Amino acid sequence: MKNKVFSLDAVLEQIHDGQTIMFSDLHGEISPEEIITGMLEKGVKDLTAIAVASGQPDMGVGRLVADHRIKKFLTSHIGLNPMSRDQMFSGEMEVEFIPQGTFAERIRAGGYGLGGVLTPTGVGTDVAKGKQVLHLNGRDYLLEMPIRADVALLKATKADKAGNLQFRLASICCQDYMAMAADTVIVEVEELVEIGELGPDEIDVPAPIVDMIYVRQGEKRPLPNSWKRQIAKLQAKAEGGQ
Amino acid sequence: MAYTGRELIASRCAKFFQDGDFVNLGIGVPLMCVNYLPEGVDLWLEAEIGIVGSGPTPRWQDWDIDLADAGGQPTSIIPGGAVVPHDKSFGFIRGGHIDGTVLGTLQVDQEGDIANWTIPGKLVPGMGGAMDLCAGVKKVIVATDHCEKSGASKILKKCTLPLTGVKCVTDIVTERCYFQVTPEGLVLKELAPGYTVEDIRACTEADFTVDPNVGVME
Repeated sequence: MKNKVFSLDAVLEQIHDGQTIMFSDLHGEISPEEIITGMLEKGVKDLTAIAVASGQPDMGVGRLVADHRIKKFLTSHIGLNPMSRDQMFSGEMEVEFIPQGTFAERIRAGGYGLGGVLTPTGVGTDVAKGKQVLHLNGRDYLLEMPIRADVALLKATKADKAGNLQFRLASICCQDYMAMAADTVIVEVEELVEIGELGPDEIDVPAPIVDMIYVRQGEKRPLPNSWKRQIAKLQAKAEGGQ
Repeated sequence: MAYTGRELIASRCAKFFQDGDFVNLGIGVPLMCVNYLPEGVDLWLEAEIGIVGSGPTPRWQDWDIDLADAGGQPTSIIPGGAVVPHDKSFGFIRGGHIDGTVLGTLQVDQEGDIANWTIPGKLVPGMGGAMDLCAGVKKVIVATDHCEKSGASKILKKCTLPLTGVKCVTDIVTERCYFQVTPEGLVLKELAPGYTVEDIRACTEADFTVDPNVGVME
């Protein structure tokens, strides 16, 4: 069976200036951090990013924002990344705000071969500007167009060498539909297992959908820096109380 | 003990729910509702990332990067809870499967329009899931301070900020009163202890009628 496990260098050869890239993370929790570090070192720039939220300045896709690598961002939320707000206000980075459910369905449409989506979300708001409104069965719907990307950069808990993916707890999030909507699907995984170890009903994204697997070299599930700071405070408080 | 202020808002909002309801609560006062549920009422809390049965913040030793809430903070799942992918989570919301949501707001008006996602040029976090909640949830309860810090009414004849949802709000709960939103406009249903109808008229820009059986909010 074709082995889809690659080095970081091989993965980075697929990532170029000016590409449109989907990222799995929201505020940085479920992010291909080592690939992003590689992108920063390689100097990739002028990207169009697609992610539910724009990360944090020290986490996930937010690090690419902080280093001025993104020229346009399609997202539903930038509230945890002040760099996104600053670059949006200065005009350096264009931000297209998309309601979160519409974000999911536009990407799903892109991956599932649909020509668009009809949704009631956003009717009568600024989101409807410039969009076609269809009146069907007594209700108004916006016609929302599909979204696709050149590359999807995802993070799975486990993968096998064939490219089957498994996600732990809430980390599946947007990753299963993003895997369907990009020309090249690259996944940073915490753990590589043998083919057959993941049972047929334990696979969230099947192998043929995935192009490249990169096995994370560092800590498998590091906590965000912001959580570490909170824990340090809680510990200090507990010690102070003794 | 009589609640006041934000405790009163949360306590009143909690009374909208029945045992087993599937709900989405915004960050802040809306999420405080879970502390005031009547005896025997347990809710299924949804987190937009894809958690059904979101639980309290765990002790720090149990914080797990694969269990973060909509605000990127550590969360937990109650026994019997489930995780689903993100698109299904919004299928619950848009598809009418969520019984109720409680949202904070910047402005709300007498037609049931709500503006809570942006102040252009100042506050631009993005709408997140708020527009989907407004479009798909049967009961949209606004929990808000009655007035801004400046004293200006947040309950208006017509919202002036960019809208999050149109004619979607069903109930408005403040620390001073509870309005029901009806096709004929706002109806004052309950007053917080110590407030009169005249007090509410003096601090509310929106038009409203008064229920003949106006009650006491608790």
